[in-house]
Amino acid sequence: MKRPLLQIMNVCKRFGAMDILRSVDLTVAAGRVLAIVGPNGAGKTTLIKSVLGLTRPDAGRITLMSTDVLGANAYRASIGYMPQIARFPENLTGAELIAMLKDLRGPTALLDTELIDCFGLEQALDKPLRVLSGGTRQKVNAAMAFLFSPELLILDEPTAGLDPLSSSVLKDKILVERGAGKTIMVTSHIMNELEELADDVAFMVDGRLAFSGTLDDLKRVTAQTTMERAVAAMMLRDCAEAA
Amino acid sequence: MNTMMKVLKYQARDAIRSRWLIAYALFFLVVTDALLRFSGDPVKAQLSLVSIVLFVVPLVAIVFGTVYLYNAREFVELILAQPVDRRQTYCGLYLGLTLPLIVTFVVGLALPFVLNGLDALAWGRLAALLVAGTVLTCVFTAIATSIAVKCEDRLRGLGAAIGVWLLVTIVYDGFVLLVLAVLSDYPLERATLGLMMANPIDIARVGLLLRFDGAAMMGYTGAVFLKFFSGSAGMVVATLALTAWIIAPIAFGVRVFQRKDF
Repeated sequence: MKRPLLQIMNVCKRFGAMDILRSVDLTVAAGRVLAIVGPNGAGKTTLIKSVLGLTRPDAGRITLMSTDVLGANAYRASIGYMPQIARFPENLTGAELIAMLKDLRGPTALLDTELIDCFGLEQALDKPLRVLSGGTRQKVNAAMAFLFSPELLILDEPTAGLDPLSSSVLKDKILVERGAGKTIMVTSHIMNELEELADDVAFMVDGRLAFSGTLDDLKRVTAQTTMERAVAAMMLRDCAEAA
Repeated sequence: MNTMMKVLKYQARDAIRSRWLIAYALFFLVVTDALLRFSGDPVKAQLSLVSIVLFVVPLVAIVFGTVYLYNAREFVELILAQPVDRRQTYCGLYLGLTLPLIVTFVVGLALPFVLNGLDALAWGRLAALLVAGTVLTCVFTAIATSIAVKCEDRLRGLGAAIGVWLLVTIVYDGFVLLVLAVLSDYPLERATLGLMMANPIDIARVGLLLRFDGAAMMGYTGAVFLKFFSGSAGMVVATLALTAWIIAPIAFGVRVFQRKDF
């Protein structure tokens, strides 16, 4: 495996009586696209939020570029996060929201405005966010994640609510960034879409990491030819084990 | 410029454009203007405004504050996904909510008086009203912010907000009256003073009424209050009590916020 960018070691998280993450170990290699898949409630978003420091794990370590992230703040300058739900303050404009992120992150060398151009967002950015459609807000959401050319991009269901054209634009952008050596973690329930993007797959179920490896490994292990079939086979196998 | 000021800047910009805040400003504009027109006397209008300020300002601050912060949950997550410190973010969120409410209140209440023209006495009383409203806003948005980070469920949070308001506005006074009635055989002036200090609205009410010569209406207890509040020690105690009412919820909220899972 190539140089690890992000290492998640033995991370556990409980919410009340529910084990959301059970000792998750995951190494994310630099310059690759990692798809995190699994059924609803498997702990995908909690894992992502632990990397971002939005959720504090009960146990375990997380390091980004060999520095501990737990309790730290500065490391988030190397992460671009696209949350699942694009709900922003209603009365701000997209341009103001972007100005806020620039303020919070401090001076940056170069801003990557390619997505703003490709989505044709210039005019929408001057309107209050409440008048924008859900899809347009999602485009603003995506543009903000890529804006600072972060080393690590974390995209939680990035194409939800996007039309096919915008969704293709976004996927192209993901591949361009991978080509530039950036690392991308992406969750989605649309396997066909992940198949185009993913180099590696992490399959989570019930708070555990049930499989972690390359997409080809996953297909070989499950003896399937497409990612959708392979993940379905993993899910079935897991159900059979549980029963 | 640190994180707190940055968060404050953008949140305040969003809040001040909210329709609810515009309605809040209009409410005070209309009420103040109407009172001025019907009474024809700024001092009488101000006396009526004492009750309105003590009633409405805490209610709006705590309810609007809680609802606003529940709606801002994803916004807070977006901020926390940046390289920022949680304590500073919390203070920024608090101030970004409080300052727009204060500005709206001050403009709504003061504008009709300014347009009407005032003598020196009425200016002093207007200033007292504005200070009381500003401090109460700071207290109740501090409580609102801590409720919004503490309660995960927004319905329970809103219930807690309204509950706190009912408690300090209505229930507490009932409790004080009950104590006074039951223990009426004892000299309770000092105890009453202590009970008043434990409720921010009561501190504001007593402070305002004394300025408005309302002490005459409060009998012997009023005389004790007047003596207490006109002395510098009394003012210091009242200021400390109000400061504690602002600092304590913020300190509690920061602690919760620093450990909170989003």
